[in-house]
Amino acid sequence: MTAIQRQAVSPVAHLSAEDIETLGHELDAIREQIVGSRGERDAAYIRKVIETQRRLELASRAVLLVSLFPPAWLAGTVGLSIAKILENMEIGHNVMHGQWDWMRDPAIHSSTWEWDNATPSDAWKHSHNQVHHKYTNVLGKDNDLGYGIMRVDEDQRWSKFYLGQPLYNFLNACLFEYGIAAYDLEIGKVLKGRGDKVEFKEKAKGALRKIKKQATRDYLLHPLLSGPSFLPTLAANATANLARNLWTHSVIMCGHFPKGVETFTRASIVDETRGEWYLRQMLGAGNISGRNALHMMTGNLSFQIEHHLYPDLPSNRYKEIAPKVQEIFERYGLNYVTGSFPKQLGSAWATVFRLALPNNGIAGLVKTERPARPEPEAKPALAA
Amino acid sequence: MAILDATPAPRLKTAATRLARLVVTPLVPEDFLDLFNPLTSPARLRAKVVEVRPETRDAVTLVLQPGRGWRGHVAGQYIRVGVDVDGVRHWRAYSLTEPPRPDGRLTITVKAIADGVVSNHLVRRSRPGLLLMIDQATGEFTLPAQRPAKALFLTAGSGVTPVMGMLRDGLPDLDDVVMVHCAPTADDVIYGGELRHLAATSGLQLIERHDDTHGMLRIEQLAELVPDFAERETWVCGPTGLLDAAESHWSEHGISDRMHTERFRPTIVIAGEGGRVTFAKSDVTIDADAGTPILAAGEAAGILMPFGCRMGICMGCVLPLREGVVRDLRNGELTTAVEGDGVKIQTCISAAAGECHIDL
Repeated sequence: MTAIQRQAVSPVAHLSAEDIETLGHELDAIREQIVGSRGERDAAYIRKVIETQRRLELASRAVLLVSLFPPAWLAGTVGLSIAKILENMEIGHNVMHGQWDWMRDPAIHSSTWEWDNATPSDAWKHSHNQVHHKYTNVLGKDNDLGYGIMRVDEDQRWSKFYLGQPLYNFLNACLFEYGIAAYDLEIGKVLKGRGDKVEFKEKAKGALRKIKKQATRDYLLHPLLSGPSFLPTLAANATANLARNLWTHSVIMCGHFPKGVETFTRASIVDETRGEWYLRQMLGAGNISGRNALHMMTGNLSFQIEHHLYPDLPSNRYKEIAPKVQEIFERYGLNYVTGSFPKQLGSAWATVFRLALPNNGIAGLVKTERPARPEPEAKPALAA
Repeated sequence: MAILDATPAPRLKTAATRLARLVVTPLVPEDFLDLFNPLTSPARLRAKVVEVRPETRDAVTLVLQPGRGWRGHVAGQYIRVGVDVDGVRHWRAYSLTEPPRPDGRLTITVKAIADGVVSNHLVRRSRPGLLLMIDQATGEFTLPAQRPAKALFLTAGSGVTPVMGMLRDGLPDLDDVVMVHCAPTADDVIYGGELRHLAATSGLQLIERHDDTHGMLRIEQLAELVPDFAERETWVCGPTGLLDAAESHWSEHGISDRMHTERFRPTIVIAGEGGRVTFAKSDVTIDADAGTPILAAGEAAGILMPFGCRMGICMGCVLPLREGVVRDLRNGELTTAVEGDGVKIQTCISAAAGECHIDL
């Protein structure tokens, strides 16, 4: 990836400012259609998913009480892993986006939901909903581009630190929920001496309190309840958390790091119009193709493009609007990035490995002097 | 809640509750209890419809089994009922139409009103098994423990519902009761059969006024129907027109202290352009125009408003609208809240479309 403003031929060079505004209106119309047809069917959907998830979690944890028996351990661990993934993805992530706020049910509302993840919902909603979704793929603004520990774009300056990024990425994947918690706390900023220390301490306390509760639940209480199955249950819970971490990390990598997903310069979003914002969301995300089970397990983030266009529309409707969105991509000559899970994940990992080195590869390592950074153009708006 | 004089039993219970909460964190034990029986949780009061009884062509009585947290009621009181209509929760107040029953069940009677989202839904689509949210009973529209020597009930339409609760409860103790009830026709009288039976078998003096044959009752005509109305302790419930007329009539006679009224606010809110916005906790009231988001209007008035993306995607600015109507600046969609609703709105994309009360 290179910010589209610095590419020799911009992928949006063929679109006029009017085209982009018309495109925005077309996307608004799709949104209105969904907003106007939200109803009982959708409400029944999310309630069913929540109920199923809770039943699965309860059953899995019950089976794990006798996890001394290997079949029980296996069934319980698989069940709990799936339950935890559903809880984070199709339920937690989407509820906290306000996708279900329209139901006016305080029990399924972005302002009240808390999820089974190390990071408290308030911190996550800020860094994810407010920063990442507003400034999607804007270099220097959207910290999700590498989470501050990786270089995932040619335009991010290389340093020796990034040589280890395949390893950092793997470790982050294993401990993803803690990685997110640290990320939401903006630990990097504080380490560099920036950021409000008092606020940080307050937030860190909140996160630690939550981590303590969750760790007590998974690594002490449930194992204790299992009596002689103490250790197998502890191992099962750890495995389920690891599986959930690896899976969610992989899904999220597929959303923004695969080949074909574009990035943008900071200057390009000055005075950005609604049409330009939509266009950036279209180009800044990638989908995963697959069957319904995959969509469910990714929390419909397999429709990452649709999610970025309409972060607050109910996730069960993304599949329905995807063909309409794709048709707009085609008509406006834009690249709808999608591919199978292995393909997209492989592509994202390839980026992580490739950009661990300087842009000019091994050769750049020999002479570690920084190559001159190209200056952004004066008004590199999205429209050429 | 702190337990000051903690005996071992409550302390044990508190410890057990804390442990149970930790076992299921970040959820609460009720979330799992709900899977088996949604009526077990005392913290989340709900009621299950166990019977649907037609009353007239556009009114039904719902027999409800309340959940474990139900704290009881007095005949004449009402409950707020939360109903999901096309996926969206709405709250409305309905009178309890019976005194406490031995089987612990409650009854409400719902009359479908024109364009009434909730009433039509409940009348046409209620089935046994339907789950409703409810609040505890409230209201002062009840019979005093010391029963009045002479009583008058003046009701119209579904205004009969709280009075029916009182009659079913207190009729045996009331020596002299007159009831004037107005409805379009004899068939439209809710509980018509039961009222007529009571009139025939007990001391109830029932005066039915059918608008189609007698014309609409004018309050001045009351003296003809009930010459001693001024001596009677009176309960009035019905449409706003009847209540307003009765209130001024009783006030003119200097007997307002003998009258009790029950008013269920009409939920019709007329949307306009802009409006007065009150931030209750901040004690600030401003005039906001139709083009300015409430977030910006509040900030301009110096209120520390919660904010986020300022473009309607992050839900960082969401605040409860206690009462009022706002317009979504993106598509013109109106969101209305009536007292007690507390609809959460995104202030960054919502402009006032009438008088608004924001909980901040």
